[in-house]
Amino acid sequence: MTILNMLSFGLLIAAFVLAFARMIRDPRREHRILALDRVVAVDLMSTLSIGLMILYAAVTGQTVFFDVAITLAFIAFLGTTAFARYLEKGKK
Amino acid sequence: MNLLSEILMFIGAFFMFVAALGVFRMPDIYMRLHANTKSATFGVLFLVSGAAWHFWEIAIVMRAIIIVIFIFATAPVAAHMLGRAAYFAKAPVWKGTLSDDMKDKYDPKTHELAGIQKNHKPTTAKSKRDKQDD
Repeated sequence: MTILNMLSFGLLIAAFVLAFARMIRDPRREHRILALDRVVAVDLMSTLSIGLMILYAAVTGQTVFFDVAITLAFIAFLGTTAFARYLEKGKK
Repeated sequence: MNLLSEILMFIGAFFMFVAALGVFRMPDIYMRLHANTKSATFGVLFLVSGAAWHFWEIAIVMRAIIIVIFIFATAPVAAHMLGRAAYFAKAPVWKGTLSDDMKDKYDPKTHELAGIQKNHKPTTAKSKRDKQDD
């Protein structure tokens, strides 16, 4: 692994830490808006994990992670859409 | 591993870090959505093209193209749904925000544009279903 790959891994992990910190902070708002904030952070974390998988696949040469990244992209989109829909419409 | 793919992947990782920094630091949920959607999808584009250049086989390149197309198609949809939910939940905007073009244009109960409902009644399947629910 070269120095540029190490720097890329470090940047992605720092980004993961920042998104996680946004997810767990600010507990004093009205709860629907707070949940939306957390959904934004979780969406970013899913995109970041897709990026980490692809970087790992390129570094180690294991091409299986491309399939996992495709599946994760599907599931993350479904999760975000479901959260947004039910937070907009309520219990109806 | 050649240098071009490393540089491409580093650019992608940098843009994803910028997206996370924006999500962490921006004062307002709409600004956070903006940072999340644009910068993170741009970072995914560079990361995936760097990895595809590294392998350079037809199966891997097709998978990379599928990932990029899928993320570029779904990220705006997800961001639009989140922003709409935040707008109807009356999420507070940053104190320096100057204008809100959508103010008083939405019906607060049906979540549809008020001007459309005055002129003609929509008869799509969705509105019929909503009326049955009421």
